[in-house]
Amino acid sequence: MDLILFYLRKLFTVLKNEVFVLPSRVAVVLFFLLLLLFPLFTQDPYLLRILTLTSIFAILAASWDLLSGFTGQMNFGHALFFGVGAYGAALLNKYVGIPPWGTIPLGALGAVLAGLVIGIPCLRLRGTYLALTTLAFPVILMGIVFALPGLTGGELGISGIARLAQSRVANYYITVVLMLGLCTIMWKITDSNTGIIFHAIREDELAVRAAGINTTRYKLLAFCLSGFFAGISGGLYAHFMRIAGPSTLEVSMSFQVVIWAIFGGVATIYGPVGAVFILFPLMELLRFWQDYRILMFACIVLLILLYMPDGLFRWLLDKIEKECPRCKIRSVATRKTCRVCTASLD
Amino acid sequence: MSLIIDIIISGLISGSVFALLAIGFSLIFGVARIVNIAHTAFYMIAAYCIYFVTHKMGFHPIWGMVAAIALVTLMGLISYKLFIKPIREHEGAVLIATIAMAMAFQEVMSLIFGGSYLSVPSLIKGYFVILGVKVFYQQLLTLCAALIILTVLWVLLMRTKLGLAIRSTAQDREVANLMGINESRVAMMTMGLSVGLAALTGAVVVPLTVLEPHMWMHPLIMMMAVVVLGGLGSLKGSFMGAYILGFAEALVVFLAPMGAFLKGSVALSIMILVLLIRPEGLFGVSFEEER
Repeated sequence: MDLILFYLRKLFTVLKNEVFVLPSRVAVVLFFLLLLLFPLFTQDPYLLRILTLTSIFAILAASWDLLSGFTGQMNFGHALFFGVGAYGAALLNKYVGIPPWGTIPLGALGAVLAGLVIGIPCLRLRGTYLALTTLAFPVILMGIVFALPGLTGGELGISGIARLAQSRVANYYITVVLMLGLCTIMWKITDSNTGIIFHAIREDELAVRAAGINTTRYKLLAFCLSGFFAGISGGLYAHFMRIAGPSTLEVSMSFQVVIWAIFGGVATIYGPVGAVFILFPLMELLRFWQDYRILMFACIVLLILLYMPDGLFRWLLDKIEKECPRCKIRSVATRKTCRVCTASLD
Repeated sequence: MSLIIDIIISGLISGSVFALLAIGFSLIFGVARIVNIAHTAFYMIAAYCIYFVTHKMGFHPIWGMVAAIALVTLMGLISYKLFIKPIREHEGAVLIATIAMAMAFQEVMSLIFGGSYLSVPSLIKGYFVILGVKVFYQQLLTLCAALIILTVLWVLLMRTKLGLAIRSTAQDREVANLMGINESRVAMMTMGLSVGLAALTGAVVVPLTVLEPHMWMHPLIMMMAVVVLGGLGSLKGSFMGAYILGFAEALVVFLAPMGAFLKGSVALSIMILVLLIRPEGLFGVSFEEER
């Protein structure tokens, strides 16, 4: 009993002193609560469906950020991981009969293998070369998918896969909880020692190598981690839509991921997730102008970029919070002095 | 025997098209470090423009080509000025700005012309027969035009002052600036040149292809593969890489079963194999790592 009280008090103190002092942290808490409590307010199947898909793509966008935003290995072929995850889960489910809780991790392992396969040749490339080369991999796989219609269903894809769960609300909770969990894990990874090395590789790879760190190993690790998370989102997508088709491997899919991530702000994890939660429902909102919606989407992205080239959430964060020049701890922008060391903020 | 001629003709044509596209793409990359994903979207706009002038307005295709090149170059300059120049310092932002531009162009075209397949009449009708293979005059015309354009471009880059400015800016932007070259004007002119090349490519190749709003995707991927294969910024490399991949595509289409599906895969696999042996591409120079 005392222990519970202790943890409650600790939780309260942390909330009061660390969370409620910064608007960005409050926003994250509200985001978690809103997503988890959403089905209590409405169970409209259409809304639930949109949010489920949004969560799936949020995992994908965050996984791109983990690889390309943090280590700077521009990956233009992220659809490869998504497609391998989706096709892997679908094939295992259809031909071997493994239920979704088994196929999704196995599909993700397939995507990890794909990450290794493309990671090894790509280790020798950097910058624009790498970006242009990675674009090729999903196209190659797509050619193979079309060439083997017996196994992969060709243009129609593999349909008739098992449902993720029986009810809509269960589907929703599985994807949302997985999304929140996986994104927290990704954020934790980027906050750890490994994440710092990832940052350093992006900034100056030579210096990292000079510091005695095996950058090759870390870059491969980034490819594998990113592949794993993207593979999970691919598997979730296949089981949620109950079809794995060639659209998961399309060039536009890869581009979409890049747009989401850069729109939200790279090397942040929360940026891409937030961007998906803005842009994906926005696309649905624009469906009233079916013919114009991709055009409007492109225009919105172009206009926002003109004013916030570092990404939407970076820009917002700079507006509402200031970094203390002395102790580098962030405070609300309305404060005159730092909340920890009371140095003047201006 | 006839199969070999088919392969040669189709390889030469797609190789020339890739070469024209890839050279335009690597020009603007070299000078301004812009990865212009919308490059092939400009090629698509040129093709649609010719369709509009010939079918909707009833002029001779030649006028369509002139209008297409002028209009697309102008569009390229305007979109550079509006959307790329203000954010040029942010590489990622430029990247998705060009992707968004390509998507916007694709949608505008499908709104105006619909998503159906369209075609444009060839400039010269008729064909002749060598060894039992029909060779259309249009194919020869496209090939010749591509070779002429490549030659003119080579002269422009190697023998004129503008070419010298472009090449020196590509080598070192800062030093070029110190030597009195107006770097931002050179970037602007290169953008015009590069987009104009894309439009020219669209103009010469349009009678041989079908028009649809997604027609920019496949050339985009092949163009990027060519650029990487030949070595970024190397014009000779782009030229050779284009013919290598063009012939690889033609060989797969005519010889392999399910060739039409696999043509992209095989060409791109060749690119990756070459990269495994020479990471800087066939003719690329491996610079000391930039820091």
